[in-house]
Amino acid sequence: MKQQSARRSLLFSLRRRFAFSLCPFPLSLCCFASALLLFYSSAQAKQQELRWAGDPEGGAPFVEADPTDPNKVTGFDVEIAELIAKGVSRTPRFLFAPYASIDQAIERGTADIGLSGMEDTPARRAGMATTIPYYAFREVLAVRDADAGTFRRLADLKGRRVGTLGGTIAYEILLQAERRYGLQAVSYDDDVHPYSDLSLGRVDGVLLDNVLAERRRKTMSGITVQPDPVATSHYVGVLASRNASLRDAANEVLRTAMGDGTLERIFRKWGVWNDDQPALYARLIARQPVPPVAMADSDGTIGVATLSRWQATLRYVPSLIKAAAVTLVLSCLSMALAVALGVLIASGRVYGTAVPRLVLTGYVELMRGTPVLLQLFVIYYGLASVIKLPAFVAALLGLALNYAAYESEIYRGALEAVPTGQLEAARTLGFSERQVLQLVRGPQAFRIALAPMTNDFVALLKDSSLVSVLTVVELTKQTQIFATNLGSWVIPGTLCATIYLVMSLPLGALARRLERHWKAPTV
Amino acid sequence: MTTMLQVRDLALRRGDRTILSDTSFSLSGGGVAALMGPSGSGKTTVLRAIAGLERFEAGTIVLNGLTLKAGQRHSGDALKKLRRQVGLVFQFHHLFEHLTALRNVTLAPMHVLGVPARFAERRARELLEVLGVEHRASALPRELSGGEAQRVAIARALAVDPPLLMMDEPTASLDPSRRHELGELLSRLADQNRTILLTTHDEDFASRWATTRLRVNNGVVV
Repeated sequence: MKQQSARRSLLFSLRRRFAFSLCPFPLSLCCFASALLLFYSSAQAKQQELRWAGDPEGGAPFVEADPTDPNKVTGFDVEIAELIAKGVSRTPRFLFAPYASIDQAIERGTADIGLSGMEDTPARRAGMATTIPYYAFREVLAVRDADAGTFRRLADLKGRRVGTLGGTIAYEILLQAERRYGLQAVSYDDDVHPYSDLSLGRVDGVLLDNVLAERRRKTMSGITVQPDPVATSHYVGVLASRNASLRDAANEVLRTAMGDGTLERIFRKWGVWNDDQPALYARLIARQPVPPVAMADSDGTIGVATLSRWQATLRYVPSLIKAAAVTLVLSCLSMALAVALGVLIASGRVYGTAVPRLVLTGYVELMRGTPVLLQLFVIYYGLASVIKLPAFVAALLGLALNYAAYESEIYRGALEAVPTGQLEAARTLGFSERQVLQLVRGPQAFRIALAPMTNDFVALLKDSSLVSVLTVVELTKQTQIFATNLGSWVIPGTLCATIYLVMSLPLGALARRLERHWKAPTV
Repeated sequence: MTTMLQVRDLALRRGDRTILSDTSFSLSGGGVAALMGPSGSGKTTVLRAIAGLERFEAGTIVLNGLTLKAGQRHSGDALKKLRRQVGLVFQFHHLFEHLTALRNVTLAPMHVLGVPARFAERRARELLEVLGVEHRASALPRELSGGEAQRVAIARALAVDPPLLMMDEPTASLDPSRRHELGELLSRLADQNRTILLTTHDEDFASRWATTRLRVNNGVVV
């Protein structure tokens, strides 16, 4: 509809453009005023919407694609968005935003409010305009049934791996617990795989909020959710700090809904109502302050936003350097393996008989034609029932297998670029085919391949950020976690870019040096 | 005099095109033989077939008792034996671009014949000196002139000491004085009981230096 009206107004303005030049001045003025009116009314229509951002990947009970009509979304956050929109006399319009980017989408004005199980963190309270909390949740520890008696609290998990969603309050709690109890925090990009890895034995515990834990416990067997919460916090709506008036209006709508039982009806409908909510609502209706996070058993502060930017940066620098080391080691090992496999594939395609050539061509096309992210998922999660590869090994293999396809094409091209005449000259001198490859074709092909190879290595260094989906915390992931907890990308982004440059610039220099060395005559 | 090379009823086609048909000739040991004929007459193909670089549809090639038969993929062993008997200097030289002139000459003796590096180098320097390009030993092929590159290519072929040295259009890139030098060199090599088989358009060169002249026309030696 909107597109049609835009097209109509364009036609209108085109017709009028011609008329403008011929008509007397008052008529032209009239046309101009009409055009302005059209634009104004269209802008007004936009303002009547409440654009709210959420991530349907989070699923029910928050936001999910409606099973009966996948073009619509459903969930308690959807109903809260409708509630707020109605309260401020607007029409709700859903906009998709990945969970980790909702804050950024709000900040840049893509949407007015973010509602998708957004956690009430100190960083959000400091950097954004958050609504009053509308739901209280508990961070709870899930373990395998067999370990239920042993792993009751985080303190019991010394030396064990505990998973959660990266960039969440639970992840911050686990980072603190790493230092206090010596457990190992494992970051995931979604809330499904921590539990499947718990079943597979890749992690020994999962710390997430009770809504997510209960949802998973209902669909998976063998998991116990420990009754004592590790911490409590809330879900809030997130608005840009410049949008405080809309936030205040939304707060009044929420308070009214707390008082008249509307929120209770919504949460009961989605099966997540519990005794924590009336206590929260009573405090909010009485306009008492509610702290963002309350730890059950410690005096620890959650999130780095309570620290100054520089203190926070200092706290994160060691983990960024550690993550950079992971990136570098992973990239070097993956590239070494990719080069070895690439050479074999290229040799097979150049020298092999028809069947191996067909198989290798199929492999190259498969690896180049499907996303590396999908390949990583298949290797780590898809093959888990057959072989449980450690995350780092799966990441290494995934990147190496993918890059081997690209490398092999570089080497094949380089091998075929060596003039046939030289190969024939070598054969007439009595060299075997293997000697021709080793002494004549290979060295020249290597020189041709060196520059694109270096290019690929620099690309791999950055593509290695994709392995965060396999719980490997490398530089980009660590930066993202840092930025989420700091509530800003400026310092983390600058640091991250600097570290990547520090790693990739010497590579470029090394490649140029190698090229010079190899271009020199072999005396 | 014993027959060194016998080419009998050689026929070679590429697709619909007949390159050689019923080509027959023989050479006794020693001397310079010139294979002459217009461009596209099949001269180069004859040399390539003798060097084992081309398969052929009919006929046989017998070189010092070693027989290459038609329609067969030559076995690795047969090719190995063949290439001890024959060397080929290509028209465009095809020097190994990544190696210096000296390494171009030492590579085959070291890796094919197993000659120790210092002996191979000494022999290579001798050959380069005889051919007048010793001063270019450390130059890369791209730094050599056409004549220099040709002489390095000859040195490379001679380094493995083949009884039959074949050269494809050796006079093509040479000025008259260099042609004369080449003629003298070929005569000297032939005097050392080596057989030279070359292709050329150059009637003067052939009449001055060749001991045998063969004419190829439309793939037939007449």
